[in-house]
Amino acid sequence: MRHLLSAADLDRTQITEIFDLAEEMSLVQGRPVKKLPALRGRTVVNLFFEDSTRTRSSFEIAGKWLSADVINISAKGSSVSKGESLRDTVLTVAAMGVDALVIRHPASGAPWQASRWIDAHVLNAGDGTHEHPTQALLDAFTIRRHLRRSTPDLMSFDGQTVAIVGDITHSRVARSNVLLLTTLGARVILVAPPTLLPPAIDSWPVLTCTDFDEVLPHADIVMMLRVQRERMSGGYFPTPREYTMSYGLTRPRLEAMKPGAAICHPGPMNRGLEISADAADAANSLILDQVAAGVSVRMSVLFELLGGAE
Amino acid sequence: MDSRVILDADQIARACARMAHQILEANRGAENLVLMGIPTRGVALAHRLATVMDEVEGARVPVGALDVTMYRDDLRRQPTRAVGHTHLPVDVDGSTVVLIDDVLYSGRTVRAALDALGDLGRPRAVQLAVLVDRGHRELPIHADHVGKFIPTRTGEHVSVRLAEIDGIDQVSIEQSGDPVRGGT
Repeated sequence: MRHLLSAADLDRTQITEIFDLAEEMSLVQGRPVKKLPALRGRTVVNLFFEDSTRTRSSFEIAGKWLSADVINISAKGSSVSKGESLRDTVLTVAAMGVDALVIRHPASGAPWQASRWIDAHVLNAGDGTHEHPTQALLDAFTIRRHLRRSTPDLMSFDGQTVAIVGDITHSRVARSNVLLLTTLGARVILVAPPTLLPPAIDSWPVLTCTDFDEVLPHADIVMMLRVQRERMSGGYFPTPREYTMSYGLTRPRLEAMKPGAAICHPGPMNRGLEISADAADAANSLILDQVAAGVSVRMSVLFELLGGAE
Repeated sequence: MDSRVILDADQIARACARMAHQILEANRGAENLVLMGIPTRGVALAHRLATVMDEVEGARVPVGALDVTMYRDDLRRQPTRAVGHTHLPVDVDGSTVVLIDDVLYSGRTVRAALDALGDLGRPRAVQLAVLVDRGHRELPIHADHVGKFIPTRTGEHVSVRLAEIDGIDQVSIEQSGDPVRGGT
């Protein structure tokens, strides 16, 4: 594996390898010395053209725990704010001799572009409304851990139903998750108001439904997507209150979930909008497990890309 | 491919029994001992030694696994390697850890294991037990407990097969072939 640009780049075997390694990586979190020497002497640059807390910091921790040198560059306070083009910024950073570039960019396809310009490994940390493959990996890893509590040697998600609820049109998390979860064998149902389902949805390997309550009793995993503030006044739904009524994971819906089903949310959450506080803090909420998994999964991906011979 | 059997199942069993006795004798019993096998075959051997110790002393010696992949000095020279499982059965601080591997060759795996162990805790002492010592050390490392010394040439390959993994107990020397296994 040279780059990680899309969740579609990974087959089931590769995903399983990444997850098994992530399980090993997760043990480092509980050690007195949180450090493995595997990427000593390697340089990883986080190039973030968009705000991010958890993705950037978990990539940073992941790199550092593997002993790589990690440098963060954000658009604010860099030459990007002086009008430098993406290509020039990427070539400049690459010219310093970095081994991997972790890119987040508001334009869909920016990491793919960057991967054509430079020799370093490129990891997509979220590009526009396109993809966010490491988020999908950590979501699926968290789900696998959850399912393995009852089925310890579970290898695929065959027979599992995952409902992804919210703004599908603008969600890179949803896109990457659809690709990854279907590769793993899950049945994915997208739940959203018609205005927030993309036009070409028929070509996706998923089911769609506009009625959350119809899907809820069938879902083994309920994945809530964040409602982005700029969409609230965009005419996609009448009012935030009405969105919550129809698509929020409210307390009554929490009680209507299938027994044993779990809740995911990629964060940051709008408590009271797409997810109630009761649901966010429920015993079957995996939201904090997702954050912890973020570091392990990113360590695993960095090692897969940078750990061996070039 | 030319292959010569050095140890059969009975000889391996006797070598394991002798090593287990030696380890108990050298440490005046099983107290504070922790057996850490290096995956894959070192872990199987560690379990065998623990079984013998249990039979001899009635002592349940904790057995763990110590993967050294991340600590190898040749990580950069090969494609990304599969990482094995690391399992610490007890806190190793203050204990006597016996590292266990199938073949001792260059000593580089043991060096990596010492580094890996150092990140997990601070044992009072570390010893090394191997089923086969084939010589050709590249580092100042020696084994405390050896099942069998087997003089070899560098072009030869020592193949250790254990029933738990390979379905058969056998140690053989092969003239040439896959240099992946056989202790580096």
